Amino acid sequence: MSDIETQIRDALADIQQTDSLDALQALRVSLLGKSGSITAQLKSLGKLAPEERKAAGAAINQGKVRIAQALDERRGALADKVLEQRLASERVDVTLPGRDGARGGIHPIQRVLERIAYIFERLGYQRAEGPEIEDDWHNFEALNFPPHHPARAMHDTFYFPDGRLLRTHTSPVQIRALMGRTPPVRIIAPGKVYRSDSDQTHSPMFHQIEGLLVDETSSFADLKGTLAAFVRAFFERDFEMRFRPSFFPFTEPSAELDIRWDTGDGSERWMEVLGCGMVHPKVLEHCGIDPERYTGFAFGLGVERFAMLRYGVGDLRVFFENDMRFLRQFA
Amino acid sequence: MKFSENWLRQLVEIDADHEALVQRLTMAGLEVEDVQLLGQALDGVVVGEIVAARPHPDADRLKVCTVEMGSGEPLQIVCGAPNARVGLKAPLATVGTRLPGGVRIDKARLRGVESSGMLCSGKELGVDADASGLLELPAEAKPGQPLAAVLGLPDAAIEIGLTPNRSDCLGMWGLARDVAAQWQGRLKIETPATCTATVRTQREVRLEADSDCPRYLGRVIEGIDPTAASPTWLTQRLRRAGLRPLNVVVDITNYVMLETGQPLHAFDNDRLEGAVCVRRAREGESLKLLDGTPVALTPHFLMIADEAAPLAVAGIMGGQASSVTDATRNVFLESAHFAPAVISGRARKLGLHTDASHRFERGVDPELAPLALERATALVLELAGGRAGPRSTAERPEDLPQNKLVDLRRARMSRVLGMQVPDAEVVRILQSLGCRVEDTAAGWSVLPPSHRFDIDREEDLIEEVIRIHGYDNVPVRPPSGELALQPDPEERLKPRDLAAQLAARDYQEAICMAFVGESQLQDWGLHEGQVALANPLSADLAVMRPSLLPGLVEALRRNRARQQDRVRLFEIGRVFGAGDKAPQEADQLALVACGSAHAEQWGRDTRGVDYHDVKGDLESLLAMTAMPDAWRFSNQSLPHWLHPGRSASIMRDGRVVGHLGVLHPRLTAALDCNDDIVVAQLDLQAILARRLPRAQPVSRYPAVRRDLAVEVPEDIAWSKVEAAVRDTLGARLGQILLFDRYSGKGLQEGRKSLAMGLILQDASRTLTDKDADRCVAEALAALERECMARLRG
Repeated sequence: MSDIETQIRDALADIQQTDSLDALQALRVSLLGKSGSITAQLKSLGKLAPEERKAAGAAINQGKVRIAQALDERRGALADKVLEQRLASERVDVTLPGRDGARGGIHPIQRVLERIAYIFERLGYQRAEGPEIEDDWHNFEALNFPPHHPARAMHDTFYFPDGRLLRTHTSPVQIRALMGRTPPVRIIAPGKVYRSDSDQTHSPMFHQIEGLLVDETSSFADLKGTLAAFVRAFFERDFEMRFRPSFFPFTEPSAELDIRWDTGDGSERWMEVLGCGMVHPKVLEHCGIDPERYTGFAFGLGVERFAMLRYGVGDLRVFFENDMRFLRQFA
Repeated sequence: MKFSENWLRQLVEIDADHEALVQRLTMAGLEVEDVQLLGQALDGVVVGEIVAARPHPDADRLKVCTVEMGSGEPLQIVCGAPNARVGLKAPLATVGTRLPGGVRIDKARLRGVESSGMLCSGKELGVDADASGLLELPAEAKPGQPLAAVLGLPDAAIEIGLTPNRSDCLGMWGLARDVAAQWQGRLKIETPATCTATVRTQREVRLEADSDCPRYLGRVIEGIDPTAASPTWLTQRLRRAGLRPLNVVVDITNYVMLETGQPLHAFDNDRLEGAVCVRRAREGESLKLLDGTPVALTPHFLMIADEAAPLAVAGIMGGQASSVTDATRNVFLESAHFAPAVISGRARKLGLHTDASHRFERGVDPELAPLALERATALVLELAGGRAGPRSTAERPEDLPQNKLVDLRRARMSRVLGMQVPDAEVVRILQSLGCRVEDTAAGWSVLPPSHRFDIDREEDLIEEVIRIHGYDNVPVRPPSGELALQPDPEERLKPRDLAAQLAARDYQEAICMAFVGESQLQDWGLHEGQVALANPLSADLAVMRPSLLPGLVEALRRNRARQQDRVRLFEIGRVFGAGDKAPQEADQLALVACGSAHAEQWGRDTRGVDYHDVKGDLESLLAMTAMPDAWRFSNQSLPHWLHPGRSASIMRDGRVVGHLGVLHPRLTAALDCNDDIVVAQLDLQAILARRLPRAQPVSRYPAVRRDLAVEVPEDIAWSKVEAAVRDTLGARLGQILLFDRYSGKGLQEGRKSLAMGLILQDASRTLTDKDADRCVAEALAALERECMARLRG
């Protein structure tokens, strides 16, 4: 065995035994550096006879490649080991709470209100709104409540000294949406309404959503289909439903929609969820729309009622007490 | 309207059991709100007569009664009812009977005395709500007779909620007519015959109120027996309708009102002087009502008066002085038609709501007045004896309501309903409701009956047809129609986007009452120029809120009182203010924060929330507008409710659109709050406008950062420093970052140090070190010049 082969074999053995990156680097320099032992062998090639030079050169170069390869492999292995050691020492308690993850939440009434409005927006209804301080004409007269009509007595109204009032329903938005507009009209108008009534089941301020569709074809059958589809979309389930005759001065025929609701104690009962009807021709006339050419339907629903049903809230008044312990449940 | 089901069934024959009847009433728009089943388990309950009674030897309150039950030996029954007395006929639950509550009657010993059965109250039997004593049965009841037969049981008291348009169902006749239409049933209403006068006594009646009262009928009945008792069938019907029997004449007027729908009034004829007249009240007139309350009247009220004094508020309530009492022998019956407009709202004004006013406000069939008078007369003669005089009549036929012909077009009806109702069914329904129907080319010409005030146009008829035909029969057509997609405004934030951002920053949305108390506003100094209600529910809900903050701060206070120390709330809602001509309203966004800045946590220091925490929250909203340059914070124009040194006005494009800051310590102290409350309010409209992004090419050349630390007087605002640097460097300044702010040790009193990073960049070339040095030198020079700055060593 020649000298060079011995040298290479020793070098490879040294590499395998090196166990730190620093020592490995030093070994690399002592072997392959400018004054390294392998480098020295290459330099000494010139002293050989030309016929020996070729074979010796090839052997040295081959050895050099093997050594460089071994160095790289060893370095990789040592680096992996170092990384493993580091990783083994770096541990966090993954179950500790994260920083600043606290989140507030949206009020359940707003949440339901948005959900309802969004469902109708997907059916092409446009959002509309109106003032909360209304005049008698928009709140009653234009909606076909004549003065002194007993239907007015069903709306316990808050008045201002100048005769204006707090709207008792969102229906005046119908008037505002129809005035000066040409059908087809599809609007959805959520908002606050007010009645001077306060007890366990009444709040002087609550929320309604008004819907209105006026076009050249719509009928009571469309009203039933739209509202039945909405109720299914909102509650994500099928119900037994019934449309029951009712009375609102601004719609005719008028109906109330009841759903068969599981009360949770094993029994079911009819639960009224919204009022609706075909827009009364007088309302269209008041808004300058020809009731012979156009028909449509309107509906109004109580947001609190939907929120109570959807989230199992038993008492209407908690919605406006703003108790964080209650509100936090609606993140 | 509450009524006895048995009574209804006597007026109309239908093929429907109780359940079906109730269901169909609701589905025909006569919503059943309550049903009380009466006398469902009365097997074994018979009429018992107490023939002897002696005190219980060992119990003061108990009596030992001997009770006759028609056959066999009289029973010994121990009874504690206060009205148990010899001669009384009362329900007797015999041994073996199971009462509606489930109690089984057995032979028992009560305090040592044997008792074989039980004498019962109405409540114990589920017959009525009275539990005060034994149910007293009429004298004609025979001992041993089943109780059910005596009381007309079993029955149900059904209560329906009538919508204001259906006054025709405020009487049994009208209800029976509607039920007949629903079930194609047979009506069995008997039209009362006109009574023959047997005395000549007659009282003149006069109309002096134009169209307010177009028909007034009266009749004197002389010599009635004031001791006569109303028969059981009548009192039971009254009770099941929710009325309490009083005396025979009043019971009859109430009964006839329930039966026909026509309110009646009975006067004591001996208390009347001269003619009875219908007129408006005069200013200053007053009357003591039946219930004893005195009322002051004005010409707003219609009144019944004789030649001496006011007698009654027309259509609402009679007066005490002329009322029928247990001593009345001669009565004057009134049956009149009053126009709804002259009754409407009047009872409410007097704080009343009577059966009469309820009906007259909604409209009473004008044709009922004579029928009801005849019916009542016949009943008085039958039940209390006496002799009837001739009918007095005053009428203004031209003022009586007249129904007009209404056209119903077949095509219109199917357009509105989305379905065809067969012609024969249309005609049947309308006729069964009392309409006169004639065929026309396009459909029908319909004359509504006098008892329907709510039918005067085609839609009213369409509704009637489908109401009886059944809403369930209308097809359900899924949503359809042309979708007109509107342009979607991207340059406008949606309020809900802001809400979501605030929720993400740990604020909880609240909804406060839109009214606040005057005194609360005074605390805030916001009480002037506000919109106050004329009829508030209470003093603390009297004024429309001019800001969301008082309500939110109050909600915060209540939460802290409930051991919630860290409270962060926001609201988006409407605020109000008095305008020049009309009240103004605008939407506002507001937030409040109190307690620690961060939720308590192992990795965070605990400190109270401060101005800059909330400013950061607010900035996260302003950033959504993508118009950072539009917004400024200034310490000018601060409201009184803010801490003067730790608050700012929020300005957009130079206009104040909101405020932010620490709540004034005076207010905080009044809330018993030891921590700072940081609040902000912002005009919602001001924040909704946002910039549509316009993409610029990104510079291909690297940015250079240079840090610069200067020392400036404390009262130099950062905004001034920033502006000086920006103005000087212009487009070369990509970003300016304030990374440190320090005052205190090592600095002269009244000076602070600001350390900023300047990110410098050029769009066309790479900046050299020399370029960057020049920029820093220019910035420093500007700061020295404009901000009294010195370079920090």
